[in-house]
This record gives sequence, structure tokens and C-alpha cells, in this order.
Amino acid sequence: MIDAPTLIARLAAMVPGASLEPGSDTDQPTIHLTADDLVPVVRVLHDTADLGFSYLADLTAVDWWPKEPRFEVVYHLASFEQSARLRLKVRVPGSAAHVPTLKRVWPSADWLEREVWDLFGIVFDGHNDLRRLLMPDEWEGHPLRKDYPVQVQVPVRIGEPLEGSEEEFRENIEMDRRTRGILNS
Amino acid sequence: MSELRTETMTVNMGPQHPSTHGVLRLVLELDGETVVSSAATIGYLHTGIEKTAEQKKWQQVIPLVERMDYLSAQSNSYAFCLSVEQLLGLEIPDRVRWIRVLLVELQRINSHLVWLGTHAMEVGAISVMLYCFREREILLNINELIAGFRMFPSYIRVGGLREDLPRGFHEAVRQFLDRLPGKLDEYEDLLTKNQIFLKRTRGVGVISRANAVAYSLSGPIGRAAGWSYDVRKVFPYGGYESFEFQVPAGVNGDVYDRYLVRVEEIRQSLKICRQALDRIAPTGEWAVKDPRITPPPKDRVYTEMEALIQHFLIYSQGFTTPAGNAYVPVEGPRGEQGFYVVSDGTNRPWRVKSRSPSLLACQALAPMIEGGMIADVIAVIGSIDVVMGDVDR
Repeated sequence: MIDAPTLIARLAAMVPGASLEPGSDTDQPTIHLTADDLVPVVRVLHDTADLGFSYLADLTAVDWWPKEPRFEVVYHLASFEQSARLRLKVRVPGSAAHVPTLKRVWPSADWLEREVWDLFGIVFDGHNDLRRLLMPDEWEGHPLRKDYPVQVQVPVRIGEPLEGSEEEFRENIEMDRRTRGILNS
Repeated sequence: MSELRTETMTVNMGPQHPSTHGVLRLVLELDGETVVSSAATIGYLHTGIEKTAEQKKWQQVIPLVERMDYLSAQSNSYAFCLSVEQLLGLEIPDRVRWIRVLLVELQRINSHLVWLGTHAMEVGAISVMLYCFREREILLNINELIAGFRMFPSYIRVGGLREDLPRGFHEAVRQFLDRLPGKLDEYEDLLTKNQIFLKRTRGVGVISRANAVAYSLSGPIGRAAGWSYDVRKVFPYGGYESFEFQVPAGVNGDVYDRYLVRVEEIRQSLKICRQALDRIAPTGEWAVKDPRITPPPKDRVYTEMEALIQHFLIYSQGFTTPAGNAYVPVEGPRGEQGFYVVSDGTNRPWRVKSRSPSLLACQALAPMIEGGMIADVIAVIGSIDVVMGDVDR
């Protein structure tokens, strides 16, 4: 059985200068870290053979408004070599809600980070494709924030017939960034 | 003679489409019949369940949570209850644990029957769908027997179950467990060695073991790729370590292997169900005896003042949990399923995050279908068994 202090001791040796704190959760070992230490620590956890945290179970966020630091980004990892789970937590303030992306370590983090940006507004530096996942593309606001209302009334949009030529349609259509390239090829 | 146009064609599939298993939109770029690239859009079924859950008391979240992955309802409520019980530090009595295991494995069979029926139908074997739904009808009747509801029983509650098992439960379940293996053999006769089915599914939608881990594809998709991760075996919960069962795994990671893995999982679930049914006494305790969580029996509520007050407090205020968080995942029919619950010490959750295996499967759709043909897209979507309610929540 691994526990947070043992892991922190190993990580501190391999990532010098990292500030890691053990958490007090009862179900899994938990480590609190800063956004700057996230990528080096995760790389060590993922790449080191005997640590072997090769599996990202979940990536999510919690809004502690009005407490500061406001947001807590939570990562759930698992290692099969050690049959162990691990929870990583990064607190970021509301005014500077940035965390580096992990999508180059795990491709599954791509949509998970998009969802966190969509619902909380936390920016993942280096992701380069942060767009709405669950909400409509032109939605404003981040619904899972605590200062966002539970119910929002959006007026019904009535469509109008499209006018214009085919070229104008192709140029002006709003599409996902990925499909825009497809259509103009 | 005029020149042949050879540029690629962009085709929209969904969100209204019979084979996308819900409201999934795929924009496919086709070169003839081959899919060159794809882009998935989800969110058509997003109803803000996680935000709504923050407004409800703990026990009230269970119906919400059951409706997320609507084919594995009791797996969802089981996972949620495990996380909340971890927060509360509750010890669940053995009889309750065995009943929960039985119900969750029946739910797995239920979900896999829907998968088998719809997947086979989309690939062309239309009759299989009605056969599978006929077996499923028996399971829905069992749900109705215990709770009154067919799809969303809300029977698994925090602290145990809603009430004791009814009379006739053991006979009903035993009849089903005796009936299904023969029927399953019939359905396998229709599909497993069927040349058309093999042609449509062998070598289609392949994902490698390394990619399955990288895309966090737990569940039958990962197991079909050779990654033998089953939460029940690796991180056991709820008493599963005392049951004898095996976890099937495939080799090629294609649609056919996923089919074989899931059919074998139905058989293994039947095995677990038989063991669980033998351990369950017809009557007994159905919840922890904690007065803050478990309501008193109705006959006491009608006659004793203290029981009335307890009943009133439970149903009006609910119980509070200590501040903290918990994530106890279960092996759902689609993979690792769990709820990360965060409590601020009150009687409502502060945050409920559903770890959705279907969302990750949708994300991994692109590498599986690119390079294949458009007909294979249907087979692959069927094989990854996504439920859009869980993807979008």
C-alpha cells in the first residue's frame, strides 16, 4: 500500500523544488501541488517504471467560491503495478485560473479539459483547442461556477431562411475549427 | 469527357440518426467510402445534472444519478452510494452487500442485452434485437417487483436499500438465471460464427492496448484490446473479492472481440448472480441501523412520536456528511464508473462529478473510425456502447 508521504518523499527527490503537501482524504492518497509543479510531477509519476501511474481515471474541477483560491483542479490517477490510486489537487485563484495541459501525457485529458474549461472557465495552457464541449458553441458564461444561476431562461431563437450564394455560405458558416479545414479543402 | 471530381465529401451524421445511440453528431470527411477524418460534437443531451445535484439533498441525488447512464441505472446509484458511504464511514451489512451485487450484476446483463440487440440490429441482424429485449423484459419485471419502477428503481440508497426484498423475488430471479444461458446460446448461434457478422466486425475499429490505456478506455473496450483491467478485480469493492468469476479479455481490440468479451461477461455475471442469490436470505436487514440515515418502519412512524420525528427529519432535512471528498468507482457495464463527491459538511453535495466511461469512448471514436469505411462507423459506434446520457449529463 502506498501512501501520500512516501510518494511525496520520492517525488521530492526526483522533482527538486516542488512543493507537495499530503492530503487528508480517507479513500485514496492525495497530494496537493501547485500548477507549476504539475507537469514535472505527472511526468515522473507516469514515466517511472515502478511508480507506473499510466491511467488517468478522471480530471475535474471544484469551485469553492467565495473562498480563495477559488478553483481546485482534481486529477484521479491509478497505477496497476502497485494496485494504487492517487488523487492530485491543484488550487488556482479565480483571477488567474490557469493550469498546464496534460493532454500530451494522456490523450484522454483532451475532452476532459475542454469540459472543465466549458463549465468552469479554467484555462489549460498549451491545450490550443479549448472550445465548448457540452454547452452550445455561442454560450456565454461558465455554468458550473457557484455564482452562475441554476436556471437560465434563454429566449427561443427562430431561424430564418438562409440567403446568399454558396461561396458566401461556405465562408461565413460557423463550424468547429477542425471541420473548417475540411470544408475548404 | 468531363473530368472526374476527386475532392473529399463532407457528410453530417446525426444528431438525429438511428444508429448513433442517442444524440451524437459526427461530421465525416469521406473519400469515396473511406472516412478520412471525423469530428464529433456532443452536448445535445446536456441537462445540467451535476449542477442540479448541488441543489438536492444527498438521498435526492440518487434518481438524478440513475438517469445519467440510463441503461446501467443501478450501477450509477451503487457507485454514488459507495462514494457517499465512504464519506460517512458507514459499514454496510453483508446481506445488503450481496443484494446490491446481485442487482448490479443483473443490471450489467440488462445493459449488455440492450447493447447486443441494438448492435446486432445496426449491423444487420434485426431479429436479435427483439429476442434480447424479450429477455430484458423479465429483468424489468424484476425491477418492478422490488421497487415499482422498471428502469430507474432508486432501490439502492445511501445506507443500504429502500426496503426489504418482496416475496417472490428469489423465484423470479432464479427463473431468469435458469432461462438465460440457453437463450444466450441461441443468440450466439445467430452471430458468433455468422460469416456476415464476422465480415462486418473482424478487424474493424481496432484500437491497440497502449492506446486503450492512453485514452482511459476501461471496460469491455480496453479488455478487448488485451488490457485486463476490471475494477472488481484490481480495486475490489462491495464484497466482490468473495465471489468467483473471471474477466474475459480479447486480443485484437476490434469490434468482434468486444462482442465476444461482452457476451462472455453476461455469462460471468450470471455466475456471480447465482452465488449472490444463494447468500441472500429471503428476509432480513436492508440498511444500516443508523437513525440519521435509515428511516424507521412505517408501522412505528404511525404509532411512536420519536419515529415520527425521525421520519420527518430524514425526509425534510436529510443527513449531513462530514466535509471532505470521495471517489469510489465501480465496474459499470461500460467501464470504470464513479462519482467524485465533494462535501462541505452540509446536507447537500458541494460538487458531484460523474466519471463517465461513455465520454471517453466518444473521444476515442476518431482514431477508431478514421481509415475505415462509412459502414464500419456504425459497427464501431455500436461496439463502444455509448450512452449519450452519460456523455452529456
